Amino acid sequence: MEQLSVNHLLGIKDLKKEDIELIFSTADNFKDVINRPIKKVPSLRDITVANLFFENSTRTKLSFELAQKRLSADIINFSASGSSVKKGETLIDTVNNILAMKVDMVVMRHSSAGAAKFLSQNVKSVIVNAGDGAHEHPTQALLDAYSIREKLGSVKGKKVLIVGDILHSRVALSNIFCLKKLGAEVMLCGPTSLIPKFIGELGVKVEHDFMKALQWCDVANMLRIQFERMDTKFFPSTREYVMQYGLTREKLEKVKKNIVVMHPGPINRGVELTSDVADSQNSIILDQVENGVAVRMAVMYLLASKIKR
Amino acid sequence: MQPKIIINSKAFKLILKRLCYELVEQHGDFSDTVLIGVQPRGSILGERIQQELKNIAKVDVPLGKLDITFFRDDFRRTEKPLLARTTEIDFVVENKKVILVDDVLYTGRTIRAALDGMLGYGRPSSVELLVFVDRRFTRDLPIEANYVGKRVDSIDSQRVSVEWATTEGEDKVLMFSTEKEK
Repeated sequence: MEQLSVNHLLGIKDLKKEDIELIFSTADNFKDVINRPIKKVPSLRDITVANLFFENSTRTKLSFELAQKRLSADIINFSASGSSVKKGETLIDTVNNILAMKVDMVVMRHSSAGAAKFLSQNVKSVIVNAGDGAHEHPTQALLDAYSIREKLGSVKGKKVLIVGDILHSRVALSNIFCLKKLGAEVMLCGPTSLIPKFIGELGVKVEHDFMKALQWCDVANMLRIQFERMDTKFFPSTREYVMQYGLTREKLEKVKKNIVVMHPGPINRGVELTSDVADSQNSIILDQVENGVAVRMAVMYLLASKIKR
Repeated sequence: MQPKIIINSKAFKLILKRLCYELVEQHGDFSDTVLIGVQPRGSILGERIQQELKNIAKVDVPLGKLDITFFRDDFRRTEKPLLARTTEIDFVVENKKVILVDDVLYTGRTIRAALDGMLGYGRPSSVELLVFVDRRFTRDLPIEANYVGKRVDSIDSQRVSVEWATTEGEDKVLMFSTEKEK
């Protein structure tokens, strides 16, 4: 496989296993680049990228921005607050106005599922989805799988547990697609109210007993409880959630297994996991952040190579 | 058309040895000298040079392997994307005398990219270029080698390939003609 089978990165669902492997092997090279004294390569020096964040983001936005700068791309940033979106401009109009300034690639986060796909069908530009509603967050899933591969040697055959707010999580959905394509086993765990009813049809196991699930897994990916997306109560109290599904040192010691702990960030410390777990040897949370830059460089490099002059 | 052998394995070994003696003359005890092979084929030459220097001068010169993919100037100008290979440089280039090593010097664009890529590892005190085959008359950029195995006259439609005992089974240099020569 020498090039991606897609022209946009809209979701993991559209990717082939070979695409993911190509992104990983390219990311290996970029990981080497970002650990050099001078962390910059000139590959994308004639590409302009617009980062459109219609929804808040810290990590993803910084990570994309850094990746673009490391590739020498020119970038413009846009966030919905303080923009004409508030004045009622439509998404296509906003983006077309930005593209009129000769932009080659758009990285977009939006609160509506399918926004990236909609855009890819309506504007002439390469689109990279940086999260669309509760649908997909492909680069997060790629960096999660890349981090597992780095820590455990491969993803194939590994047992990955995704814990928490599956219902509101685009990270969960992209992770399921990505891990399944790479041959991992996936189990979901959380309160019934936060696990979509028919999610089992994607070929994943569902377990509501957290200790049983921990016993089963090699990797535990602790998702953030998205309080901001909850309009009703999904569990009686945060304290009860922590008792049942929060990852603590005691629970980890009880299963007597070396489990790799992941979190896509931002962490609600003391909710999904306690500080001693987040900062422990088992945790690869900061590796995920580092790998995020390399994986995003790989994605943008491979997509940019399809932009013809 | 059958490729023409322009350097056979016997001449190959002599040239390799002669290049090493030239290096010894210029670099003495190699105390501040490092070799950097341009991936993928220049690294093989780098390894052979390193080995040969061990034999004839009893010195162990550090060898790095530099991938230049991200520094090339033809990104998005070719049909296929450019895929990278690994870079292995576990020393700092700062204040070192660098000998850049590649198998064939053709347009000079690879070496331009290599110079660019190498600067990511520090500011060398000097950089020299060693190539096994110099296809003169085909340069796009003002780049010349300090140490040349053999100068070859060729035209653009021809292709020169350096083969190695470790990868192709025999040390030799071949010239392919893609069109019938007029």
